[in-house]
Amino acid sequence: MEQKLIVSPSPHIHSGDTIQKNMYAVLIALIPAFLVALYTFRLDALLITVLSVLFCVGFEYLIVRFIQKKEPTVLDGSAIITGVLLAFNVPSNLPVWILALGALFAIGVVKLSFGGLGNNIFNPAIAGRIFLLISFPAQMTTWPMPATAAAATDAVSSATVLGALKHSPEALPAIQEMFLGFEPGSMGEVSAAALLLGLIYLLWKKVITWHIPVTILATVALFTGILYLFDPIPLYDPLIHLFSGGLMLGAVFMATDYVTSPFTKKGMMIYGVGIGLITVAIRLWGAYPEGTSFAILLMNAFTPLINNYTKPKRFGEVVKHG
Amino acid sequence: MLKSFRIGGIHPKENKLSAGRAIQPIAVPAQVIIPLSQHIGAPCQPVVKKGDKVKVGTLIGKSVGFVSSQIHSSVSGTVLKIDKALDASGYKRDAVYIKVEEDEWEETIDRSESLVSESAFTPKEILEKIAAAGIVGMGGATFPTHVKLTPPPGTKAEVLIINAVECEPYLTSDHQLMMEKSDEILVGITLVMKALNVQRAIIGIENNKKDAVALFTQKAKAYPGIAVEALKMQYPQGGEKQLIDALIRRQVPSGALPISVGAVVQNVGTIFAIYEAVQKNKPLVERVVTVTGKEVQRPCNLRARIGIPLTTLIEAAGGLPESTGKVICGGPMMGKALASVDVPVTKGTSGILIVPSPEAKRKAMNDCIRCGKCVEVCPMGLNPTLLMTLTEYGVWDKAEKNAITDCIECGSCSYTCPANRPLLDYIRLGKGKVNGIIRARKN
Repeated sequence: MEQKLIVSPSPHIHSGDTIQKNMYAVLIALIPAFLVALYTFRLDALLITVLSVLFCVGFEYLIVRFIQKKEPTVLDGSAIITGVLLAFNVPSNLPVWILALGALFAIGVVKLSFGGLGNNIFNPAIAGRIFLLISFPAQMTTWPMPATAAAATDAVSSATVLGALKHSPEALPAIQEMFLGFEPGSMGEVSAAALLLGLIYLLWKKVITWHIPVTILATVALFTGILYLFDPIPLYDPLIHLFSGGLMLGAVFMATDYVTSPFTKKGMMIYGVGIGLITVAIRLWGAYPEGTSFAILLMNAFTPLINNYTKPKRFGEVVKHG
Repeated sequence: MLKSFRIGGIHPKENKLSAGRAIQPIAVPAQVIIPLSQHIGAPCQPVVKKGDKVKVGTLIGKSVGFVSSQIHSSVSGTVLKIDKALDASGYKRDAVYIKVEEDEWEETIDRSESLVSESAFTPKEILEKIAAAGIVGMGGATFPTHVKLTPPPGTKAEVLIINAVECEPYLTSDHQLMMEKSDEILVGITLVMKALNVQRAIIGIENNKKDAVALFTQKAKAYPGIAVEALKMQYPQGGEKQLIDALIRRQVPSGALPISVGAVVQNVGTIFAIYEAVQKNKPLVERVVTVTGKEVQRPCNLRARIGIPLTTLIEAAGGLPESTGKVICGGPMMGKALASVDVPVTKGTSGILIVPSPEAKRKAMNDCIRCGKCVEVCPMGLNPTLLMTLTEYGVWDKAEKNAITDCIECGSCSYTCPANRPLLDYIRLGKGKVNGIIRARKN
């Protein structure tokens, strides 16, 4: 009796790592920020997040199934992440039809028209946010007061920290409130503390390395810190910059998107520095109060170029070049 | 901090199921098939014919050309025929079929167990004895040892490196050999140091073999110039270039040999064979083989004569389990999957790994998500996903520029890829193509 044996080239074992495992780890890392969003913006946050995920997953399924006529792979988790991140990037009182448009743009245009997961040039959630910000500037910049604020009862709109920084610095919340997330803003961005917890989880699970988030945050801190040394006004306060706006969410969850960031450590650091510099430049001197999303989008475009110029250091090169 | 190589690397689960199992000799079956090509280089010319009587140690295949290695009979008996036989490579190649009768050895071979530590041989004589005994690299590469120990003109060896890393999961043959034959191995090292005229030797052992590290550290004290270094566990530390980098912090340049940085690397099993060849006059007719696998009844380390069918070894370990999906000759990272277990043990057979069916199948491949994990783990500092794409589209000039020929085929990229992409399959294909193009250009 001869058993049929499987013949395949080596290696014959695999680490067991999968795309799903990485994606679901990112979702787990987003839980703390989601909990803060629930606490700060109550049911609206839940509604927007659930709807955003449903829109993203739904559009992906429909487009892949009926337009591309392929087997949908919505369960790989990437569309769910796009949904959550898109929700985190909008005010919790955004009209639902606008949210749906954003999801359609992110999934349909930015992700699937480029070939789906792995082939998109830009991060879908970032591009979706920017699409909405440019198309619906009023709705996208009308933030509800946090439910935790004292006069929250029926306040419907308030300025974000970065908005206040540029126009009315006397209205700034305390730095610890910013850190914990009890300030106005897009729902998932507000709590730097919760996002940092997510970062620790991602580093621990080895889903990402420190290179991108740390270089972004360090660049922002350094850039504003130098200005602050010369002119200590709130506009240049590095702590305010670190803990406000979309910086933390962007640095931890959006800039680290595998698909749209460089391969090598050196490339990741160039990319991180670029994002940090552009973010601060837009925040201080641009027309918009916040620049993280634009910075990530721009650096996404530079990723292939960075990859081209930051080849990994080959074995033996050390010797060859002395 | 324990030393290791400086670029890339992975740490697969060790699964050393047969660790600590004493080496058992295995009975010789009624017939053996000894392939005439068990090494890198030209196959041997048979020097026996049908009906000839042979003893253990009788030369049956003469090496032709510089890069080649002698082949001896591992049994006593009568030559049945010289014919094609399937070997572990999956090809049918010339082999000597021998009917086994008794167990008679050539008289020149010293079969006693006593340690012979004194040696009056000159370097030249040592090399001649190694060549005559048909010794090849026993870590799996099977490159003729006497060639490797003859540095090209204009180069000079400074340090001998002993590869006792055994970084492949599951395999334990080198480890067990070290535990049982430490004195012989140390004498073997002094012989090779003499042959190369070097004053320094370093034994590199991964730190999962703490008993071997302790044993050799203690015993090496009696041998001037021999040092022992425990290394951090990291695959592929047993790769020649990686081991040199780990131990002496020198990186062999692309396309160059270890001798270019003054190093010569020898596997610990090869060293033992050298000891037997030089001090005991014993040609390479047997070796230690690990037979292992998650569902194997008795994972073990066997001393097997060359030419015994793998089935006999598998029987000794409790037989092929029902669940078997794949049988690998060698370790799980770089070993070869066999189409049939009815092939003979050869000089390069370090282990037989039996993989249960569910684990034997590959998972479906997804699109690359550009996570860069393959780049991170590549010990040669290459970009595997780029090389795969370049091979897919046949862009050979770019593949060459991105150093596809540097790939050592360790498989770390495929092992790591979360999208299950067969990176190494493609790179191997591309490497072959590019090497062909480079050769054609030279001619």
